[in-house]
Amino acid sequence: MRTDITKQGLDVKWKDMTTGASIVCAGGAVQFKTGEWRVDTPKFIEEKCKQCLLCAPVCPDSCIPVKDGKRGDFDFDHCKGCGICAKVCPFGAIEMRRGEK
Amino acid sequence: MANKIRERLSGNEAIATAIRQINPDVMAAFPITPSTEIPQFVSSYVANGLIDTEFVPVESEHSAMSATIGASAAGARAMTATSSAGLALMWEELHIASSDRLPVVLALVNRALSGPININADHSDGMGAKDCGWIQLYSEDNQEAYDNMCMAFRISEKVMLPVMVCQDGFITSHAVQNITLNEDQDVKDFVGTYNPEDYLLNAADPMAAGPYSVTQYYMEARRGVAQAMRDSKSTILAVSKEYGEKFGREYGFFEKYCMDDAEYAIVIMGSAAGAAKDACDKLRAEGKKVGVLKLRVYRPFPAEEIAEALKGVKAIAAMDRAESFSGNSGPMSCELRAALFTAKQTPDVLSMVYGLGGRDITVEDMEKIYGDLMTGNFATGELPYRYVNVRE
Amino acid sequence: MSDYNFKEFMSRPDRLTPGHRMCAGCGATIALRNVLKAVKPEDHAVICNATSCMEVSTFTYPYSSWTDSYIHNAFENAAATAGGVEAAYNALKKKGKIDDTFKFIAVGGDGGTYDIGFQSLSGAMERNHDMVYVCYDNEAYMNTGIQRSSATPMFADTTTTPAGKVSDGKPQNRKDITEVIAAHRVPYVAQTTFLGNFSDLHKKAEKAIYTKGACFLTILAPCPRGWRYDAENIMDICKAAVNTHFWPMYEVVDGEKWTLTYEPKEKWPIEEFLKLQGRFKHLLKPGKEEEVAMLQAEVDRRWEALLKKCSL
Repeated sequence: MRTDITKQGLDVKWKDMTTGASIVCAGGAVQFKTGEWRVDTPKFIEEKCKQCLLCAPVCPDSCIPVKDGKRGDFDFDHCKGCGICAKVCPFGAIEMRRGEK
Repeated sequence: MANKIRERLSGNEAIATAIRQINPDVMAAFPITPSTEIPQFVSSYVANGLIDTEFVPVESEHSAMSATIGASAAGARAMTATSSAGLALMWEELHIASSDRLPVVLALVNRALSGPININADHSDGMGAKDCGWIQLYSEDNQEAYDNMCMAFRISEKVMLPVMVCQDGFITSHAVQNITLNEDQDVKDFVGTYNPEDYLLNAADPMAAGPYSVTQYYMEARRGVAQAMRDSKSTILAVSKEYGEKFGREYGFFEKYCMDDAEYAIVIMGSAAGAAKDACDKLRAEGKKVGVLKLRVYRPFPAEEIAEALKGVKAIAAMDRAESFSGNSGPMSCELRAALFTAKQTPDVLSMVYGLGGRDITVEDMEKIYGDLMTGNFATGELPYRYVNVRE
Repeated sequence: MSDYNFKEFMSRPDRLTPGHRMCAGCGATIALRNVLKAVKPEDHAVICNATSCMEVSTFTYPYSSWTDSYIHNAFENAAATAGGVEAAYNALKKKGKIDDTFKFIAVGGDGGTYDIGFQSLSGAMERNHDMVYVCYDNEAYMNTGIQRSSATPMFADTTTTPAGKVSDGKPQNRKDITEVIAAHRVPYVAQTTFLGNFSDLHKKAEKAIYTKGACFLTILAPCPRGWRYDAENIMDICKAAVNTHFWPMYEVVDGEKWTLTYEPKEKWPIEEFLKLQGRFKHLLKPGKEEEVAMLQAEVDRRWEALLKKCSL
């Protein structure tokens, strides 16, 4: 990662911008937290989850981590609370908490 | 000094020969008169195994520049060639090449822009691209076109800005002239290998190019390109000097022809400089203090150096082979006047537009222009500048 | 490719990271995330993105949401740019300068694919660059604010085909881009959307990415804002699109072997698709039965033609 994007904030001086505005920091967007956009918040009820993973592909924000075929809790730093996962869960293992951050 | 090879080549053949010697990684091009021969020659080199360039026969000039940009960002030495409407279609992409700071090279065979449609030489295509962040080198003859092409990648890869090598359509692109070529290996050694710091095909450290930039970044990004253009002046001179030392033909921002004590000067670019030099020779033989300033580097615009070179000159004819429709003369003329104004020099400047769509300009025309400069005939009529050889 | 395993796919690291600024519930990101699951973890990719929501929201300086190399060039040239990148790859491979395996994935919305980028797409397909062009099709120019495109279905209400006192929305039928690209006789063309566990999408993406030559994938990717539905309902809309035969799931190999990859057990009437979306609200009012029938007839006509091509 040749680009330190923490030094590319909105106050960066022209001489300190990258050449050609290219960025060598793949996936650096994880540093940008979109979780604060959330109005409704999904709650993962692990005991109801059968690990069918139908919730995993529908997340537009890659906020349902899957490891070795099993999902974990949400990435709340980035989840925007769209609610698609809760809607597709056949087992009621995801509940949307309305108006809850 | 390196070996020299004497040949007789057209301007397009000369450019193609330089490309063969450079053996770029990728060339993407679409045919358009009068530059069509360049991709044709390159294709035949590929077909016969003389080079291993990946030639991409795209479906438009927009795609030619798009693919060239993609190839260059990917880490390849990439180039294209075009003329006229082809360059106009690329316009959006020209800005992207420079803002991405990609060292791509474009062989431009200057031709009039439509309309009416016309296939012959003028600089309206190149002038339309003068403010796109590209270095522009204009060539007077086949030799200069060849030499500029041999230098183009060295310059662009050092300053990370794209370079346009320009020559006049048909007048030099199709006219066969005596030319001195460099040995293949000497060109390869001079150009060297291209090893970019960051590129798309770097698996170890992936790169992202062409971001969306909010207002807080945009001006800073443009400011950076402007500085690179400014800084490229020293690189252009250094590469040109090294080329001169190696191959015996040295170039600067411009050529000063009989300028040392000149009181009357023609400032001009491209092939018509030849007619101006002939007229200058004739008048010099009569003891007239005339000279020619032939611009080679139009971008970056060497304003201070031009003003310095024109110190002591009483009257100047600023010759544009393009109509900018500004109502106030051609593009080069405007910039020349601004350069003189900034340097607090106040010679008389007669702006002229000539040679549009391949209209001839002769030695006699140049003599007449010198005559007007010497007699103080700066009258222009309805417009604040003059046309050469337009039927009134 | 026969060893496709859903759980293994979902366990692969994401190549589209969170932190992008696409709307909550955006279909485009669902599409691309899942396409990229099909790139083998040991391989690399270069993504060439047309100007679009996807582009401005996933590479906003200095934040890239892509773990692979990425280039945005302009609106109309993702395919040409990808062709250039692929040419560079071939050149540098030939010269021994790189030895990693790269896959080239061009990405555009329907605007960048069906319309402004169509010429460069057609050119790149004809030249048969070893690449995949992925169109996330949300049936209008969403990035500029829901203007009609040639992918917009007839009667959809968009900001340049507004339904009004004397207008029922877009007057024309949609272009069938998948068939158009199939007519280029490239090695692999497919269309899909989000169904169940996405196995149809995953398999098609894998096939497209690992088939040599130019491949093309169109993914119906609903846009909650442009189609006017609650974001959480996206899977219902995709299911209705498929079950009404509005969006057939099929693939074409070498321009001649047509296969329906999913045949709905029962066909739903087109209203089942229309009623889920605000953009068709005006059509479901009394007095618009004729327009709905026209839409139904067009869907049926295209379905029948497709079945013939699939020899069904």
